[in-house]
Amino acid sequence: MPRPSRLHVPRPPARPGEAPDFSYLRLSPAGAVARPDVGAPAADIEELSIDLVRVLDDEHRALGPWNPRLDVAELQVGLRHMLLTRLFDDRMLKTQRQGKISFYMKSTGEEAVAVAACMALRPTDMLFPAYRQQGAFLVRGSPLVDLMCQLLSNTRDMCKGRQLPVMYHSVPGRLFSISGNLATQFPQAVGWAMAAAIKGTDDLAATWIGEGASAEADFHHALLFASVYRAPVILNLVNNQWAISTFQGFAGGEQRSFAARGPGYGIAGIRVDGNDFLAVYAATEWAAERARKGAGATLIELVTYRAAAHSTSDDPSRYRPKDDYERWPLGDPIERLKSHLIALGEWSEERHAALIAELDEQVTASWKEAASYGTLTEGPRLDRDLMFEDVFKDLPPHLLEQRDQMRRGRG
Amino acid sequence: MNMIQALNGAMDLCLARDPAVVLLGEDVGYFGGVFRVTDGLQRKYGEHRVLDTPIAEGGIIAAAIGMAVNGLRPVAEIQFADYIYPGIDQIVSELARLRYRTAGAFYAPVTIRTPCGGGIRGGQTHSQSPEAIFAHVCGIKVVMPSNPYDAKGLLIAAIEDDDPVLFLEPKRLYNGPFDGNPNKPAVPWSTHPKGKVPDGHYRVPIGKAEIVRQGTAVTIIAYGTMVHVVEAAARGLGLDAEIIDVRSIVPLDVETLCQSVAKTGRCLIAHEATRFAGFGAELMATIQERCFWQLEAPIQRVCGYDTPYPHAFEWEYFPGPARVAQALTAVMEST
Repeated sequence: MPRPSRLHVPRPPARPGEAPDFSYLRLSPAGAVARPDVGAPAADIEELSIDLVRVLDDEHRALGPWNPRLDVAELQVGLRHMLLTRLFDDRMLKTQRQGKISFYMKSTGEEAVAVAACMALRPTDMLFPAYRQQGAFLVRGSPLVDLMCQLLSNTRDMCKGRQLPVMYHSVPGRLFSISGNLATQFPQAVGWAMAAAIKGTDDLAATWIGEGASAEADFHHALLFASVYRAPVILNLVNNQWAISTFQGFAGGEQRSFAARGPGYGIAGIRVDGNDFLAVYAATEWAAERARKGAGATLIELVTYRAAAHSTSDDPSRYRPKDDYERWPLGDPIERLKSHLIALGEWSEERHAALIAELDEQVTASWKEAASYGTLTEGPRLDRDLMFEDVFKDLPPHLLEQRDQMRRGRG
Repeated sequence: MNMIQALNGAMDLCLARDPAVVLLGEDVGYFGGVFRVTDGLQRKYGEHRVLDTPIAEGGIIAAAIGMAVNGLRPVAEIQFADYIYPGIDQIVSELARLRYRTAGAFYAPVTIRTPCGGGIRGGQTHSQSPEAIFAHVCGIKVVMPSNPYDAKGLLIAAIEDDDPVLFLEPKRLYNGPFDGNPNKPAVPWSTHPKGKVPDGHYRVPIGKAEIVRQGTAVTIIAYGTMVHVVEAAARGLGLDAEIIDVRSIVPLDVETLCQSVAKTGRCLIAHEATRFAGFGAELMATIQERCFWQLEAPIQRVCGYDTPYPHAFEWEYFPGPARVAQALTAVMEST
């Protein structure tokens, strides 16, 4: 008889047709986790990387030491940014299905991860997002039209037609260029933060990575360099449970939390309810203060769920239960903040519906303007000569020659 | 002045002139580098500007990119060119393409210095010449000096360039010109005219080859250590060869190369790197396209064999003067 294999192959708790099962998730009650001093040594606060920092409870109250005690106006701005992100995503999915853009990636269900973090930082802090933090661009004031023109690769495209949709950047918004290669931005953000420290400025860098991409060497380089040089950087790991079809267990999430990798490298690690706007805000604020004090980097694991498909090229019904997200124990970030505001007496279903209508109108108007600068199928197109620019600062002879060859080929 | 001193002088000068210049790499700080190229610079400029790093080439390149985006002008050392591969994604997908993918909104003026080439008993992990791998990548300049004068001027030009530059240092030339004969006593750079290096600031322009010897019989194209090898081989045959040091692999000075071949009608290309899909193939193709009607003989290549660099057979592997002479004879004989 052959011996059974001892190779362990991680399995998600439920596949299509099976009942969703989130018993693997370790949860803490809202308000239950202590908030240590921002200067506490990483080794003394390891439990932060195992517990789950939560502020909003099931009754929509904000509880405990992590409550950032934001003004109502700030909460309403947060809600607005998250709603705009969702409506923008929904509309762009539709335009992709209509063939107006080639590709799109939604951030549905994880809007708080980008929006709350971004709002907790200073506008001078530099952000190195991954491809599912479009909310950061909206918080930092990138006009919807600019983002849509990038999606369209049209005549106003900030990338001049060179990047896949959603790979935005913003110089005034201090948002670094999104790469199509995973994880590369993580150690780059650390380098940026090292330079901030070398220059003696008060700026910090924040970056985002998915739990799937944290398997790349770049993730480990980032934690190592952040630890070695005590770089003022916030390392956000968005654990949305799924890397396309691959469950987080394949990135090493079965044995220990991702946040626990922080203390493993000698930096603080915090595990946070990523669908709790207040908890994400508070953890970011804590990490930012810690970085600016010279106490070094923080790895924040944001526990969330990728409610939509990975991208417009993906079909999650092939690999996970259809009703998985409905059973997700941490709920929806927009619904939770909305309910909190209503509980505070500062919001209502009517105001919510009116806001949706207003933002929808903004999306419609922006799309109309963006499409007037060209779409994949109609309208003006970028000049093909642009293909040769920006490979180098100046066009070298071989590119000039190839550009001329292309022009002659036009006949 | 030897090449180590010339390179050290270039970085010393750049560190002094521009507070944005920083150096980083394995052993480059306190110790001054395994080849001593950064010797004394941390003492002079402090440990915030000359940083020792973890042994993580991918991390070094990535950190340098981030630093450059934050306004610094990093010079990253990869201890041996053979060690560059863990950093290849950050070089190829990030560093080289950042300007392009952001339409010029972001760019990273990073210089990557790395010792390359064989002849020092380094075996297959300390002898490689990976220039063709990076020449194939769009958006990064690739240069290789063959003497102390060019080393200093090219390194200053690389550090001051707003594009990323891979700066390959033929390590066999650090202490003296080497004509490919390992049994001859070592010759110091003080005996060579290019060992005279001015103190001050000067640039050797990236994108310009140099005709190191004018001649009429045949054009020999080489770079790095092979410049000295082909000189010795041509001298040995008494050939009136025109010898061109490419210096800048990307961008390539096609005009200088082709003018010479059009004049001589014969061409030999020599490099230490392996032959198959090596940079010599690109040189041959380019010259053939432009000089076909002037050529009097097929272009010849002398390269490393298509094997890993073998420790015990270093001098059989190395494309030394005998192999160069043989190829030169062939290119001169055929009509």
